[in-house]
Amino acid sequence: MNKPLRRIAIFCGLLVLALLIRDNYIQYVQADSLRTDTHNRRVAIERYATPRGDIIVDGNPITGAVKSAKDGINDFEYKRTYKDGAMWSPVTGYASQAFGATQLESIDDGILTGNDDRLFFRNTLDMLTGKKKQGGNVVTTLNAAAQKAAYQGLLKQGKGAVAAIDPKTGAILALASTPSYDPSTFAGNSTTTDSKAWTKLLKKNNPDDPLLNRALRETYPPGSTFKVVTAAAALQNGLYSSADEKTDSPLPYTLPDTRTELKNEGSIPCKNATMRVALRYSCNTVFGKIGADLGKDKMLEEAEKFGFNEQQFTPVRSSASVFPKSMDKPQTALSSIGQFETAATPLQMAMVASAVANDGTLMKPYMVDKLQAPNLDVVSQTEPEKLGEPLSKDNAQILQSMMETVVKVGTGTNAQINENGVTVGGKTGTAQHGVANSENPYAWFISYAKLADGSSPVAVAVVVEDEGANRDDISGGGLAAPIAKSVMKAVIDSKK
Amino acid sequence: MSSSTNTPTHHTSTIGSIGTPSRRNTELALLVFAVVIPVFAYANVGLAINDSVPPGLLSYGLGLGLLAGVGHLAVRKFAPYADPLLLPLATLLNGLGLVMIWRLDQSKLLRSLPNFAPAAPRQLMYTALGIGLLVVVLIFLKDHRVLQRYTYISMFGALILLLLPLVPGLGANIYGAKIWISIPGLGTLQPGEFAKIILAVFFAGYLMVKRDALALASRRFMGLYLPRGRDLGPILVVWFVSILILVFETDLGTSLLFFGMFVIMLYVATERTSWIVFGLLMSAVGAVGVASFEPHIQTRVQAWLNPLHEYKLSQAGTHDGILHSEQAMQALWAFGSGGTLGTGWGQGHSELIRFAANSDFILASFGEELGLAGIMAILVIYGLIAERGIRTALAARDPFGKLLAVGLSGGFALQVFVVAGGVMGLIPLTGMTMPFVAYGGSSVIANWALMGILIRISDTARRPAPAPAPSPDAEMTQVVRP
Repeated sequence: MNKPLRRIAIFCGLLVLALLIRDNYIQYVQADSLRTDTHNRRVAIERYATPRGDIIVDGNPITGAVKSAKDGINDFEYKRTYKDGAMWSPVTGYASQAFGATQLESIDDGILTGNDDRLFFRNTLDMLTGKKKQGGNVVTTLNAAAQKAAYQGLLKQGKGAVAAIDPKTGAILALASTPSYDPSTFAGNSTTTDSKAWTKLLKKNNPDDPLLNRALRETYPPGSTFKVVTAAAALQNGLYSSADEKTDSPLPYTLPDTRTELKNEGSIPCKNATMRVALRYSCNTVFGKIGADLGKDKMLEEAEKFGFNEQQFTPVRSSASVFPKSMDKPQTALSSIGQFETAATPLQMAMVASAVANDGTLMKPYMVDKLQAPNLDVVSQTEPEKLGEPLSKDNAQILQSMMETVVKVGTGTNAQINENGVTVGGKTGTAQHGVANSENPYAWFISYAKLADGSSPVAVAVVVEDEGANRDDISGGGLAAPIAKSVMKAVIDSKK
Repeated sequence: MSSSTNTPTHHTSTIGSIGTPSRRNTELALLVFAVVIPVFAYANVGLAINDSVPPGLLSYGLGLGLLAGVGHLAVRKFAPYADPLLLPLATLLNGLGLVMIWRLDQSKLLRSLPNFAPAAPRQLMYTALGIGLLVVVLIFLKDHRVLQRYTYISMFGALILLLLPLVPGLGANIYGAKIWISIPGLGTLQPGEFAKIILAVFFAGYLMVKRDALALASRRFMGLYLPRGRDLGPILVVWFVSILILVFETDLGTSLLFFGMFVIMLYVATERTSWIVFGLLMSAVGAVGVASFEPHIQTRVQAWLNPLHEYKLSQAGTHDGILHSEQAMQALWAFGSGGTLGTGWGQGHSELIRFAANSDFILASFGEELGLAGIMAILVIYGLIAERGIRTALAARDPFGKLLAVGLSGGFALQVFVVAGGVMGLIPLTGMTMPFVAYGGSSVIANWALMGILIRISDTARRPAPAPAPSPDAEMTQVVRP
């Protein structure tokens, strides 16, 4: 019987071998994906085991950490706190023990918890010296004064969003959204307080959807502010070579291939108007015809150079703004004045303004300046990056002069900053939307400010979901422009 | 013929006239390790969880040392030639299991569960009972061949034990499997663990008698020896009982172990590969057949194929009460979070597996805190126990002893494979426990008894035979050189 016995011995050995192989597979090959699986509660336990590092604005932390309340068997040690949570939540996102993390809290979770691979060497040292693990910091590019101006301005108007960018670098200076939420209210794990606060914020319970980051994740029809892109396309394609050249535009203008007349708001001097005049008065007829004349492909090309149809990662993801890819001639005309399917995030329109202000060069928007290790060593530093060049320098300056006219004598006078040497360029917009324009329009304003030395420290886009609008452009200028002005002023003041 | 065969050869029978070394001192030295390692582990857990050496360290160390010492003395006295590895390996596993169970007792989450009671003290008591049973076996079972007499009694005993959980009022349905019986005042008992040993006795006795008939009276067909119809009887009966267990007790593990053990012993007894082919075919038919209509088995197969999906379902409250589907994924996360070196003892979160963290899923708790390295060590220890058992079978001189030893050790290896494979997601989960390490009275006590029998067989096998009578053959083949 010894021969089969030896075979059984081999068989038993194979059983153990199979187990060893399987064990190596799950504990070595698959270990990392299992360990970091978001459903694995250990991820959350680990995340809250030490105080999280901070998110920093202007050198001050806007976050903090406290010991969790010891109710029952809560296995999370520390809870996140926020200063001015509602104001900063479009930047920070939230880190909740019960409901996960979003935005910077989620993207830079590794740094904030101290688990990032880039901190491995330091963590190993700390382990050897017996020091407790600490989280690093995320230093943002935001400007606290600008953010405050944006948020307070929006609060007065109800629903809306602001995005402000430094045109030279692409650094985001303000990112506000209202109505907002305070992430502190549901940072914990309590079924009574935290869950209740969270449930109240959900869209199904709150039609205002406070959890939505309107500055990055909501696309609005951009209305007349899109005419800046159309003007850029006209200049870039040589359709018109200066701001003060008469355009070939009839009044009324019938959309090509149709009998539909494109109208202007009110009786404004749009017949064969120059682009400067057309932008100043916001002539639909002029820019609609420019779009139709250029055709779908050229318009699409220019819009995409500005960043349309592309998600932006700041590193927080923004929704892709839309410039339609298939449309006929009349639709092209409508799209060129920001109607039809054209839709843009506030960030996207701030990028448009910033590219014009930066003499045609579009910088990649970003909001994390650097990541710091717990001892404040820099782990990674964001370098400004060029995203594209939608305009030549000369054309950009022509467009600047047109936008400055809008603020000086046009629909955007509310954005004027009466300080020595400060020039403001802008464009208003009011976007009708809903079936047969039944819903309240959106008031838009995009602008940039220029200092005496010609440098431009800020470009901003403001959208207000307008409750009391009645007439085109007046409301963009009336509701959104003052907010843009206060944001630009805050940035200029903080430069002094 | 070469000239070398003409020279008088040395006596080469396996029955050496020169005494095999008893190796008792080796065993003692190994036992010291088997006690010291868990004691250090215990101190380690205390330091990790409470920043202090646990107050019970001394009594725990002394307790485990005492138990091991009693076992050792009993072996020294009653089975002096026994295999020196079996006792230390089992002691080490048992000690490590105790430490892990104590560590899980400290978990806040487990303490908050309803019906929480610290499991470590009870496990220590079961260990003492188990080692007591080992000593009893060694004292009263002077020769394992005595067991042959109880072949058919064993069969009835095993059948009764296996079917007890089906008796109304006695059987307890715990989390979907009816493999427990509850004895008022004593708690629950898993008769399957004891049935495993008694069945091995029955199979060994039965097969020893019938092996020639089973092996020789067969026809050759397509390279396989087909057994005669009437010889198929026993395997069909065993197969049928396995299916019954699977259907009525929904116990995949016992059923598989029971049938697998029989096929192994049948193969060893008959030396016919065809039995293995039959065994595999029949278990496949049985498993697929039962799985096609038994929802409990289906859930487990689902949880095996797609643990994350089942986890989400159980989180969403779609399954009621069947936590196993959630635990399969929890176990995988525990293993993955442990990684290569583990989180360190006391620093993992295996309590997330909840109530089964110290029993069915204790291997996952080890996997998390001791890592790949720790699990490989544990698996190798199990492998060593099984291989020492089969070595005992090889060395045994009587067919009954050979069959019993291979049945017990093959069954042991199968059980380890089925449990560990289930916990690691290699095969569907079965709901059996890792011998020696897992919390559970029946399991610990029965496995110590199993160890006692193996030690007894190995003692008989390695015991020096009485000096062989002068062989008349040897004299006759003596060749006188020219």
